Formats: sequence, structure tokens, C-alpha cells
Amino acid sequence: MSTTVQTPRSAAPPGAPAPSRRAAPRASGRRQSRGNRLAPYLFTAPAVILYIAFMLIPVGYAVWLSLRAYRIEGGLLGRKTDVFVGFENYVAVLTNPDFAAGFGRLFVYGIIAVPLTLGLALLFALLLDTPAARLKRFGRTAIFIPYAVPGVVAALLWGFMYLPSTSPFSYITRALGLGTIPFLEEPGLFGSLANIAIWGGVGFNMIIIYTSLRGIPSEIYESARLDGATETQIALRIKVPLVVPALVLTGVFSLIGTLQLYSEPATLQPMTSAISNTWVPLMTIYRDAFGTDDLPQAAAASTVLAVGTVLVSVIILRIVNRKRMGVNS
Amino acid sequence: MTAAVSTRPRPASARTDRARQRSRDGGWGLLPTIVLVLGAIYCLIPVVWVYLAASKTRGELFTTFTFAPGTGLFENLGSLFAYQGGQYLMWCVNSLIYSGVGSLLSVFVSAMAGYALAKYEFRGRSFLFLSILAGVLIPGIVLAVPQYLLLSEFNLVGTHWSVLLPSIISPFGIYLSRVYAMSAVPQETLEAARIDGAGEWRIFQQIVLPLMVPGMVTVFLLQFIGTWNNFLLPYIMLSDQDMYPLTVGLFTLLAKGSGTPALYSVAITGAAVSIIPLLALVLFLQRYWRLDLVSGGIKG
Repeated sequence: MSTTVQTPRSAAPPGAPAPSRRAAPRASGRRQSRGNRLAPYLFTAPAVILYIAFMLIPVGYAVWLSLRAYRIEGGLLGRKTDVFVGFENYVAVLTNPDFAAGFGRLFVYGIIAVPLTLGLALLFALLLDTPAARLKRFGRTAIFIPYAVPGVVAALLWGFMYLPSTSPFSYITRALGLGTIPFLEEPGLFGSLANIAIWGGVGFNMIIIYTSLRGIPSEIYESARLDGATETQIALRIKVPLVVPALVLTGVFSLIGTLQLYSEPATLQPMTSAISNTWVPLMTIYRDAFGTDDLPQAAAASTVLAVGTVLVSVIILRIVNRKRMGVNS
Repeated sequence: MTAAVSTRPRPASARTDRARQRSRDGGWGLLPTIVLVLGAIYCLIPVVWVYLAASKTRGELFTTFTFAPGTGLFENLGSLFAYQGGQYLMWCVNSLIYSGVGSLLSVFVSAMAGYALAKYEFRGRSFLFLSILAGVLIPGIVLAVPQYLLLSEFNLVGTHWSVLLPSIISPFGIYLSRVYAMSAVPQETLEAARIDGAGEWRIFQQIVLPLMVPGMVTVFLLQFIGTWNNFLLPYIMLSDQDMYPLTVGLFTLLAKGSGTPALYSVAITGAAVSIIPLLALVLFLQRYWRLDLVSGGIKG
């Protein structure tokens, strides 16, 4: 990502006197002829307006709301008013055992889903890029197909494949006298949910890594082959390091997706008693906002989740960028 | 050379290498192909299953082997489209409206903003770009609750607008459009048009937009699939069942079905039918995708 960020024009020498700054655009190559000063603002205006309306304001509103609470004043018959309570909601969120347990489940789920999704995506991308592999077109298309299936529908499909009465897998194990596989009960449930995410995510990530592999100039491989490298060595020592940026991107996306886990467990909920109303953080938020009408609490929890997501993403990007610089130097 | 690169098969050299390769890599033999096919089977199993299950009558669903086809396909389709007076069809239309209209508008807004960010130098550009990058990191779903609260202030909750409007702004789409515009729109062409006296809007319409079409197709598809698959936003915003998109409709159908297994067949058939348009879209438009955009592989 960082490669595409251009140095802003205003990054002229800091001590430079004001007039030279005015001269700078002209010198930097007759880019801007006269009357189009307004053009970039007009072109970006719709995006900026929508960005402010549907991202900035909601975020600000959530933060404001999270600092307030509904109180009933004047005894039993009192009116409901909302008052400023500072970080009370945050304290409540962070000490809420349901919320913490939700993150715990998310962690277990993520530990299974994210590495397997990325690992399989990388494996399939490398195989597609291997001269010896056949049926590539078929493989690529088939593995990409689940991306077109909405998460809710994917959960529904897999749900029926897990459900004892309709599961093909349990059908087989029962026929073998092994009984039903407990896909929808607590320890196995994590794997079952992770499987839905892996199934839905491998194809898209594979294509991203694969297109990134296609961008590597083939001369690199030629010279490695001349030096006697095997295909496996080429894959592990040349291809994998060169697609690290794509892996980071897909990793961050998978992680954001993990923290947003909602529709899959919610879809499976009617099929099993192992999924509570607060199984993952977003389910708790949904319940607070629309079940118990505690909007400030939901806003505080949303903020915690958003801040957590951004922090984790930034930390990953930081670590990986530093590592890459270390490799390059 | 800016436009079509990368997704083409590598030229002859790779192919002539293949023979040499196979002898050296002989140890691996068919293994790569086998692993690839296993992956394909894993990805296809639920899709195959849902179409087989959709062909079964209610009785067959719970009694026959799950991968055996049934005899009730038309009966199931009939009860699916008759469900609640044809509600399923309305869900299809709604999904099409939200995704189609929403992503068309989104692509247009993203292309304009991306082009401006790539090709103009203006005060606040880097600030704007960084804000949009930050927007990519903000999980869209976390925004859903505050968006609901805000839209309810304007009495828009429960209308088509409440799902449509938030889907138009796509920081990722803007980011991709910028990346694409940087390499696909030559600065010289813009200069030439300006010297010829063309206005900025005309330049954008007649020169820039056509150049950006491949990138915009990709942004459109990503946005279309994203909106089509979106669940939480419409789930939160809408209460009238007739306005649901397919995802929310199928979800409520299943939730109801847990009490009455009679609805299982309807839910399964509904799921099977709902993925046909997207499968067709993805398969048909596969070749027009420029997913190298996403991986940052398009540096020209």
C-alpha cells in the first residue's frame, strides 16, 4: 500500500519562503493550468460529503452517545432523560463478562480461521502458478465460486450439512456405526464456523495472491532454474517472499472480517442451542441496541470494537513493513 | 502499456520450460493437480449439495442419502415462489436494487474522487487520501448501529434509502480507483486536452472515464457482491419484510423454519435459487476482473 502514496506537494523544504511555494506548482511541470483550481474539489465533493455523512458523523455520534446514559429521574413515574456519564459505559463494556467471553470465542475462531484461510489461499495460488499442475482453470474457478455466495447463505448451506438430520457426513458416520458428528456443539462449533469462513474466503484471497504472483517477472525464475533451484525452492524462497505484501493485505482483511463475525453464528443459532445471544461481540452489541434498547452501551461496545480493529490492523501493517525493510536492506 | 497486463498466461518461455520442468520435478508428479482438485471439490460440495437438496421433497430430504437427487424440484420451486404471496421474488428485486443502483452510484463517486486524488494537486489532498485510507480500516459493520441511529433522526430508517445511501460511499473503491487512475490515465493526454481548451468536466467525461472502464468494472463487481452479500446493515435498517434483500429474507425464513421443518425445503430451495445470479455474474465477468488492482500489482 505504502508504495502508492505520493509525497504531498506541500512537503517542500520547510524553511522555504512563502513566494517559492507559490512558484512550486508551476515549476513542477505545468500541471495545473489556470481555471481548474476548483475541479478537484468538485470531483471529490460527492465522496467527501458521503464520507462525512455516513462514516465521520456516525463515528462521532457513536462516541458522543457512548459517553451518555439513560436515567429515570423522579422516582417510579419519572421521565427518562439522558445524562453525561463519562467513561461509565466503557468500564461496563470492558468488565462485561459476556463481551469478554465473546472476544474469547472470537479469538479461538480466528486462530483457526485466519491462518488456514491464508495458508490454503497461498498454497492454491502457488499450485496455480506451478508449471506441473493441470486443470488450473477448473481449479481456479471452482475455488473462487464460494466468494459469490453470501455469508448468510453459506452459513445456511453448511448449517444443513452440519445438522444431524440432513448432514451427509453424519449420514456416512451413522452408516458406519460411528454415530452423529457433533458439528454444532461447543468444541466442534469453532471448527464448524471457521470452516464456513475458510470456505468463503480462500478463493478471493487465492486470486489476490495469484495475481500478485503473475506480476513477478519470469526472468527471476529462469535464472533460479539455471542455478539449479527446484520448483519447490523457487516457490518458498522466491515467490513467497515476493507476495508478502499481498499476504499482509489479505491478512488484514481476514482479521477485520473475523472481528465482524455476526451473520454466520446468527444464522446457525436456530439450529443449535450452543450459540447464545452474546456468542460474539457484535451479537452482544445487537442485543444491547435493539433487544434491551441500551443504545449508549451498544455505542460504547461498537467504539471498543472499532478501535480494536484499527489498532490491530495498524500494528500488523507496522510490524510487517518494518520486517520487509529489514529484508530489503 | 498501462492497461492490460498480468492476467495473461506467461508467454512461450514458460510452456517450453514445462517439459524440462517435469523431468526435474518428477518426484512431485501429479501431486499439485491432486491438491488443486481436492480444493475444488471442497469448494463445490456445498453448492452441489444445495441443488440436490433443492430437488428433494420434504420426506426425501430427511430419509434419502443426501447426495442422491430427489423428485420434488418443481414442487419446491412452486412453494418457494408462492411463499407469503410471492415474497421471495420481491427479495430478489430488492437485492438487485440495493446492489445494482448502489454500486453504480458508488463506482461513479469513487471514479471521480479517485481520479481527482491521482491527477490533481490540491490543498488537502494528502489529508483527504489518508482519511479515506483510515476509512478502509474502519469495519463497515461497526458503523451500522450509529448509522441506524442517525438515519432514524431523519426518518429514513425502514426506507430503501437507509440501505442504499450508506452503500454508496466506499473508501476501498476510492482507493482502488486512485491506484487505477494513476497508471491508466496519462498526464500528457490531459495536458493536450487542456491545451485544446477542453473543460475539466468534459475531459473527465470523454477522456478519463473511458480509460478507467476496466478498473471501474472491478470496483463495480466488488461493490456489487459486497452489497449483495451484506446482511447486518439491511437487517438493522429494515423492518418491513417486503423490503428485505435476499440475505435477510432467507435468514428470517430459516429462523422461522427452525420451529417448522416444513420450511426447510423452502429455505434450501431459496438458497439454491439465490446464488444462481451471482454465480452467473462471477463466471461471466471473470475475464474482466482486474484483481491485480486489489493486490497492488498494477504499477505500470
